[in-house]
Amino acid sequence: MKKTLLASLLALSGLAASAQTAWVSSEKDHALTLVDLKTQAVAGVINTCKRPRHMQVAPDGKRLFVACTESGQADVIDIASRKSVGRVALGDEPEAFDFSKDGKALYVSAEDEGALVTIDAASGKTLASVPVGKEPEGVKTSPDGKLVFVTSEVANMVHVVDTASGKLLKNIPAGKRPRRMVFTPDGAQLWVSNELDASVSIISVKDLAVVHTIKLALKGARAEDITPVGLAMTRDGKTAFVSMGRANHVGFIDVDSRQLTKTVLVGKRAWHVALSPDETRLVVSNGLSDDVTIVDVASAKALKSVPVGRVPYMAVVLN
Amino acid sequence: MRRAVLRPLAAALLLAAGAAQALPYKATLLVRADDPRLARDRLERAYLGHPGGPASDGLQVAIKEAAFELDAAGTALTLETVPVADAAAARAAAQKAEKAGAAVLLTDLDAAATLAVADAVQRPVLNLGAGDDRLREADCRPRLLHLAPSERMRADALAQTLSARKWPQVLLLTGPSPQDAERGAVAQAAIKRYGLKLVANKPFKLSADPRERNLANPLLLTGGASYDVVWVVDSDGEFARSLPYRTVLPRPVVGDAGLVALAWHAQFERFGAPQVARRFTKAVNRSMTAPDWSAWMAGKTLVAAAVAAPKGPQAAFEKALLAGSFDGSKGVVMSFRPWDGQLRQPLLLTDGQGVISTAPVEGVLHPKNALDTLGADAPEKLCKARP
Repeated sequence: MKKTLLASLLALSGLAASAQTAWVSSEKDHALTLVDLKTQAVAGVINTCKRPRHMQVAPDGKRLFVACTESGQADVIDIASRKSVGRVALGDEPEAFDFSKDGKALYVSAEDEGALVTIDAASGKTLASVPVGKEPEGVKTSPDGKLVFVTSEVANMVHVVDTASGKLLKNIPAGKRPRRMVFTPDGAQLWVSNELDASVSIISVKDLAVVHTIKLALKGARAEDITPVGLAMTRDGKTAFVSMGRANHVGFIDVDSRQLTKTVLVGKRAWHVALSPDETRLVVSNGLSDDVTIVDVASAKALKSVPVGRVPYMAVVLN
Repeated sequence: MRRAVLRPLAAALLLAAGAAQALPYKATLLVRADDPRLARDRLERAYLGHPGGPASDGLQVAIKEAAFELDAAGTALTLETVPVADAAAARAAAQKAEKAGAAVLLTDLDAAATLAVADAVQRPVLNLGAGDDRLREADCRPRLLHLAPSERMRADALAQTLSARKWPQVLLLTGPSPQDAERGAVAQAAIKRYGLKLVANKPFKLSADPRERNLANPLLLTGGASYDVVWVVDSDGEFARSLPYRTVLPRPVVGDAGLVALAWHAQFERFGAPQVARRFTKAVNRSMTAPDWSAWMAGKTLVAAAVAAPKGPQAAFEKALLAGSFDGSKGVVMSFRPWDGQLRQPLLLTDGQGVISTAPVEGVLHPKNALDTLGADAPEKLCKARP
């Protein structure tokens, strides 16, 4: 019995100590910085295409796609070897993207054109393009793969595109400057950060309408200084995390009650928040202090801020 | 007989048309005929803060890039541009536009003509280009809104910056035009407001006449005194451009050359600004200047108002315009100050090559909104025509 306990403790500590690494894209370095969450130090730098911003692991779990706005390409990086294994054309000024459910297609927000472009993930061929509002930003495929959601920062709406027909289904008005999105694990709700509205809109995926708006408030900060962008959610769907931009904090939101429960001071202009695979750590990208802050989720405390490249955009934490 | 029945019906239809806003929303822009600021030689100089092209460019870009939003809301905006020769022509054109169903008027005119328009119509008037403080103070109007920052806002932005840099000793050089005299007084007030010290205020004149060298020679103008910066007030721009690196002491020039406080610069890197500047350049094939931003921003406010009241009525459109808050890619929401109709906005400090910093500067505090540290604030009650 004692032995089992010890073994499981060891296993647990082993898990916590397992080499979780944050991959951080920095817009001005054309590189990804790797931060070891255990040592809380930079463990390497990978050169990539020009102005890397959004990153996402392919559905095969083996490759990381990095969208480079200036190159108009995605760099495809083999996670195990940390080597680039290919480039995929993404069209002009790609900002963010998501995969189709089968991983064969990429849905890309084309920032300048104001379009959601569907691209063959293998060949880089453009398969379809749907005009949306200007400065499209966040892209999310619904868990069932049937819908793609894209925010437009200028039109202040979330566009819904049917993946089968490629048609624009609906425009859902959100708050000012909607940016990033996250689904609840059951796929029923889509949470959207509104950068110039100090709020998070909750969209019912069934009704394709905003059902609730969470106003973010922080002691000592004015509403205009709370500029939420990044969103993340735990796998059990109980806690959401939001980076609060100019307010320099990351907030914890209780999903059921839709209340902001805790806030943690991080770096300057907290743009993006990523959850580690074991969900014990947050990695917050601070756009104006060129660092990421590692936050312990359980205690809601900032552990360390680690300098990374110039103008960090986001992080993905991988085992 | 049949006609007699039809007549009241037609009248009723007309009435109905009058009650609902006839779509699209029509906006009429009044500009200077043969605008001397847009003459080729002036445009080629590209002095900081001066127009880089017609105001209609920025408006058109804003309306065009909102096509999706306007369509989705089931509304539309059209823009008509009317050149006017003087204040009287501006008044007549404004009245004509209002009669023809304009929902809003926009002006890129001097202060007198802007006022003539504001006094001629009931519709809201958006002032795109006149920075004169009197339009926000003694000569303010209840439905006159200002997109361009006031001269005082620009002077406050600069004074805050000098204060933050700890460069308090200011040598002021003021040009010969009446506009320079007005703006010089605004600069002096800002210098005082932010606790800077006016070392001296000297008049300058563009001249090669040796008898006027005390007025024209940068070395003579900037010698015999100790200062941290030279603040030059030169609405024309030629003298100011020649001043940096020609002062007796190795000190920065600020004001209308050197470091200049503006509504916009195409090199601004934050808050989606590069996308805006790029779209503008793609559309009209030139760089986006500060006056272009004010015109573009006016378009953004009209779009927001039209989307808020897609089918009218006019009153709802106006309410959304006057009381709304707007995104102009400067990182904060902006709105019109109820006490003087001025759009509160951050300003950019630029040397012409890039954006050095922004104002309000960090650390300048205000009980409600730090943006209101730039320009006339509510408690000063300088505009009597507004509540």
